[in-house]
Amino acid sequence: MARAVTSRRKAINTAAAWTVGLLIFFPILWTILTSFKTEAQAIADPPIFLGFDWTLENYRVVQERSDYMSFLWNSVIIAGGSTLLGVLIAVPAAWSMAFVPSKRTKDILLWMLSTKMLPAVGVLYPIYLICIELGLLDSRAALVVILMLINLPIIVWMLYTYFREIPGEILEASRMDGAGLKEEILHVLTPMAIPGIASTILLNFILAWNEAFWTLNLTAANAAPLTAFIASYSSPEGLFYAKLSAASTMAIAPILILGWFSQKQLVRGLTFGAVK
Amino acid sequence: MGKITLEKVTKSFGDVNVIPPLDLTIEDGEFCVFVGPSGCGKSTLLRLIAGLEDISSGAIKIDGNDASNTPPAKRGLAMVFQSYALYPHMSVRKNIAFPMKMAGVPQEEQDKRIAAAAKALNLTDYLDRRPGQLSGGQRQRVAIGRAIVREPAAFLFDEPLSNLDAALRVGMRMEIGELHAKLQTTMIYVTHDQVEAMTMADKIVVLRAGNIEQVGSPLELYRAPRNLFVAGFIGSPKMNLIEGNAAQQHGATTIGVRPEHIDITDSGPWTGTVGVAEHLGSDTFLHVHDTGLAETVTVRATGEVGFKHGDKVTLAPREDLIHRFDRDGLRVA
Amino acid sequence: MATQHSRSAARMMMAPAVVLLLGWMLVPLIMTLWFSFRRYLPLRGGDLGSAGFDNFVRFVTSSAFWPSVQTTLIMVGGVLVITIVLGVLLSLLLDQPMWGQGVVRILVIAPFFVMPTVSALVWKNMFMDPTNGLLAHLWQFFGAEPVAWLSSVPLTSIIMIVSWQWLPFATLILLTAVQSLDGEQLEASEMDGASPLARFFYIILPHLSRAITIVVLIQTIFLLSIFAEIFVTTGGAFGTRTLTYLIYQRVLESQNVGLGSAGGVYAIILANIVAIFLMRIVGKNLDK
Repeated sequence: MARAVTSRRKAINTAAAWTVGLLIFFPILWTILTSFKTEAQAIADPPIFLGFDWTLENYRVVQERSDYMSFLWNSVIIAGGSTLLGVLIAVPAAWSMAFVPSKRTKDILLWMLSTKMLPAVGVLYPIYLICIELGLLDSRAALVVILMLINLPIIVWMLYTYFREIPGEILEASRMDGAGLKEEILHVLTPMAIPGIASTILLNFILAWNEAFWTLNLTAANAAPLTAFIASYSSPEGLFYAKLSAASTMAIAPILILGWFSQKQLVRGLTFGAVK
Repeated sequence: MGKITLEKVTKSFGDVNVIPPLDLTIEDGEFCVFVGPSGCGKSTLLRLIAGLEDISSGAIKIDGNDASNTPPAKRGLAMVFQSYALYPHMSVRKNIAFPMKMAGVPQEEQDKRIAAAAKALNLTDYLDRRPGQLSGGQRQRVAIGRAIVREPAAFLFDEPLSNLDAALRVGMRMEIGELHAKLQTTMIYVTHDQVEAMTMADKIVVLRAGNIEQVGSPLELYRAPRNLFVAGFIGSPKMNLIEGNAAQQHGATTIGVRPEHIDITDSGPWTGTVGVAEHLGSDTFLHVHDTGLAETVTVRATGEVGFKHGDKVTLAPREDLIHRFDRDGLRVA
Repeated sequence: MATQHSRSAARMMMAPAVVLLLGWMLVPLIMTLWFSFRRYLPLRGGDLGSAGFDNFVRFVTSSAFWPSVQTTLIMVGGVLVITIVLGVLLSLLLDQPMWGQGVVRILVIAPFFVMPTVSALVWKNMFMDPTNGLLAHLWQFFGAEPVAWLSSVPLTSIIMIVSWQWLPFATLILLTAVQSLDGEQLEASEMDGASPLARFFYIILPHLSRAITIVVLIQTIFLLSIFAEIFVTTGGAFGTRTLTYLIYQRVLESQNVGLGSAGGVYAIILANIVAIFLMRIVGKNLDK
């Protein structure tokens, strides 16, 4: 039995937690607010918090000047494509590991994870070279494949931990009921694992969306996603706070919303099941 | 038709031999119960028959055809799992229809069989619910329904009642028994509960460490247990197994007397003190010690008997119903 | 526990993932290893022959190497200390009963979802700019001289930015661990007369030790390869050149692939040392 907490104590907790929470969230809030200011109001001294003339001008300018939509489209294709491709490859693999484990299953899982630890910069040039040879530099296809490979271990791991929670007896029952391997995975396992598969997709979409090493180094004009779009504001455009803010808001808004949905599954996905 | 024959079947996991060479025939239409303590290999044996595990050597024949390498889906057997293993994302109707869908049974025929099964199992009102919304007993019935509609050569039950509470268990036991009487299909039933085995089986297979200890009808096992293990396992309360002088007088290393075969009389070989008296109403179980024997003797008296802790009683075993076992624990005829 | 049939099916279904990852690991790794023993200068004609161990020696003896190691260690260590100390405190605070817990949780997690280039740029321009940045205004408000963050204390600035990004991760995982602490244990220790401070050090902190280890290992692996934050803020100038960034410059900016690859080999070895410890913990957990 938990003890009753005095409402005074609860009020203090609430005040403290909200203060800290808002402090941490403030840079994001400030960016969103600034995106609706004029450039002059954005650098006003003292800073204006809410009492400014709200405007959508910045969004219009950013969109016109840099063709935001094409960057957004690249981000969607790259993050979405790599995630879906990864899931298609990972579902059968995770099925095998969760339901037909062998002595080597654990080693294979750990080895997969270890490929994730490979520092990207260590293999930058070979990948760069391969992309040039295949004519895939600055192509969405190359990034779809590379980000899929980077996230594949996480996808396999997450699916594996979800699948392990499904009782093996149900799959055996389907085998007794005459289901072949295809039916077993399609009609029984997948529908039961929908919540797990969904959060796996969500988290990996976020990771791929925010990936900023390969997307910066392997793209130029054609395949550049939003990470590169923002990096182009590095300078001197970065001094136009309002436009920088508008561009930033557009780049992070979709992910912030998705992230809120996935927060419950985040811990499991990021610690490979080591913390539950 | 569902005659199942095991010929020299073995199973090992790595270096561990779970089932040593084992022969067994289950006749068509028989209700056969595998019983034994946990870890005796009874579930493994069932899974071998189902095809969920490979046999290491030997052969499994179904109606005379070698099915050793046939995948489970093709063996024509239906299984009811301990956890029921219902598909949680499907309605009761879809659960029951699943095996027929896999087999490509026409929709019309499916509906007919589902309706019949639902009626027989009292599930008609629940067909559109999800398994999660059902009680334990109802889930059990859905699992049975899913097995029935396939019209299998044999039903396999893996401890199906162990997740139900005591009252429901008795009810389901009767239902499964009636189902068998009606369908006349071979059933193989695994349990660790000897009461279930005694009440339901045509044939009981007592297993220990993968070995068959005895095969026989419930009464055969009750009347003539082949060895000490079966003697101790079958019957409730357990048979009194007595060693020492009392046994030697009967020319045996161990003698066994069932609690219901001991009379409380004025003159008898054993006089002792009642330790615990369990009054069930219909019966009274007395645990008697200080009889001069090393073991506490359990006695079953019919009806309400007024003995209590500390009372002196004299016991007389019925001489013609004493079981005798030799040094190796085997029955002496 | 399965049949031969399902085992062979399992091997087939695992094959695509295993083969792809094997290729992804081996092909670039072997190429990097090969380049690291060559004099490979794409702008001067490509492969100019074997270099023996020259690249490895040159990479370590170059004047940029030790400062970059130092920078890497300070950055990784600084971020770890900040995120874990604040993360523990924050997770304990968030575990307390309060109103609007769910909303606060979301506020705290949000920075983790911000793409690295965005957070680096927003901090650089809108907060750390010495004339118009919000921090400059704050300093002025208190009558202090505004700090030119990214030019006078560049490493500290980057540590601040990266800590802001990773604090949510540490907090979230530590919060999960705190919530799994058995309340009766705390009550028992309270009955035993332990003060709140004693409870923290003897009960709560030991309970969190595993989660803290995991946070340290996972963050270390990600922090060792921090790139975008440096790329868009200082570009590696002012003593913010980490090992990762140094290798990047050797390979792509000065196009000395042989030398950069030798550095890459060092980075791979370094990452593997950390990875081994992480694998041990994760592996142990698998057996449960």
